[in-house]
Amino acid sequence: MYAWDFGALWAYRWLFVQGLGVTVAFTAAIVAIGLAAGLLAGLAKLSRLAPLRWGAGAYIEVFRCTPLLVQLVWFYYALPILAGIEISAVTASVLALSLYGGSFYAEIIRGGIVSIDPGQAEAGAALGMTPGQSMRRVILPQALKRMVPPLMNQSIIQFKNTSLVSVLAVPDLLYQGQVAAHDSYRPLEIYTLVAVLYFAALFPLTWVVRRGEKRLATSD
Amino acid sequence: METEAGTAPKIEIASLRKQFGAQVVLKDVSLRVEPGGVVALIGPSGSGKSTLLRCINLLVVPDAGTVRVGADRFAFGAGARLPGTRALARFRANTGMVFQHFNLFPHRTALANVMEGPLTVRRMRRPDAEALARALLAKVGLADKADQYPSRLSGGQKQRVAIARALAMEPEVMLFDEATSALDPELVGEVLAVMRALAADGMTMVIVTHEIAFAREVADRAVFLRDGVVVEEGAARALIDAPREPETRAFLSHFHRRDGAGAPR
Repeated sequence: MYAWDFGALWAYRWLFVQGLGVTVAFTAAIVAIGLAAGLLAGLAKLSRLAPLRWGAGAYIEVFRCTPLLVQLVWFYYALPILAGIEISAVTASVLALSLYGGSFYAEIIRGGIVSIDPGQAEAGAALGMTPGQSMRRVILPQALKRMVPPLMNQSIIQFKNTSLVSVLAVPDLLYQGQVAAHDSYRPLEIYTLVAVLYFAALFPLTWVVRRGEKRLATSD
Repeated sequence: METEAGTAPKIEIASLRKQFGAQVVLKDVSLRVEPGGVVALIGPSGSGKSTLLRCINLLVVPDAGTVRVGADRFAFGAGARLPGTRALARFRANTGMVFQHFNLFPHRTALANVMEGPLTVRRMRRPDAEALARALLAKVGLADKADQYPSRLSGGQKQRVAIARALAMEPEVMLFDEATSALDPELVGEVLAVMRALAADGMTMVIVTHEIAFAREVADRAVFLRDGVVVEEGAARALIDAPREPETRAFLSHFHRRDGAGAPR
């Protein structure tokens, strides 16, 4: 019978705190950059200009249809050779995770926009709005409401996806956990704690999202 | 606002042609509406009357022909450059449109719906836009619903807000695309009453409608379309009471028009 000893983890507390900090900071960065990439790609895919549509489509499919782990490794090892530049593990990780997330965000944003009744854009146009004004004033505010749940869902997945950067030795929560596990010979306790920490960080977020959705729904 | 335009039509459509894919929806249609005139477009579904209406404010861009509203004129067809989005937007700001399904902005209150055009397109100051919007809501009898969201309004109320929203652009002409077709019968009257008052005010209007009794009463001209062609056109009362063409007669025979049914007061 295995004797659980969580007391042994106390010595590594700062390692976990640092790791969680890196994970949270990483998530903030890749969600922000990913949303920007997703908004651009989502709008480009709805553009009247065919080359923009094709470019956005190619980006989205390439990143959606290849494994994130492969992208991470590729950005870290292959891109520097192809481009002839140095890329740090952090830069490669932020790039790969942001672009990967952006490809999913783009589809969510595009889907949210096209789900709005075409009569809304017509009403805007009939008032004399330019397409840009009608997008900003009429379509996006309504589409955003529908996008929030899937965008949050994707962001939660992104939070967990940051654990993959440990393969590039970026000191995130999982990586620090591995360090502590090697040091303490207590991997069962440590991976349990790592799981609990991920859960503790994400569960309150899902609750905040649900509250936000309810608030938005009342203005309908 | 025109000074010497007493004789020039407010709306002039000439040789309009539109096809969607292989289907020709409008074939060489022409239409003139005098200032202050009210024209009813009637005809069976699929006759092209809604498409014609949407060509007047270029929500549908014609394949050929010319469209003039007030001082703005566009020509379409071989050799003609399609107007840019800004020119289109400016043109449409001068025509008000009311849709069958209202198309109110669900994320805005009634007041904010009416203020949207003045704020975003006319760049009015917020207090001015609000004063204008409140006056227009009062005009359509909904001053007390200013702070309601559309989801809390009945169909008739929604349509009246939509009319106020279109009027807030102070357009030269108003276009109505089956404005009462989506309403419960008991709510049709309140919308028709607003339209009747607008016509009495001297607004130039084009109305696509199935309310034949209303068209007969309020419109001064009627145009009967079928398969993308103007079959018959004339004074509304004469055309509806004594149609000359057999096709017009066949269409109108579906409506009881003399007993006053469907003509709410």
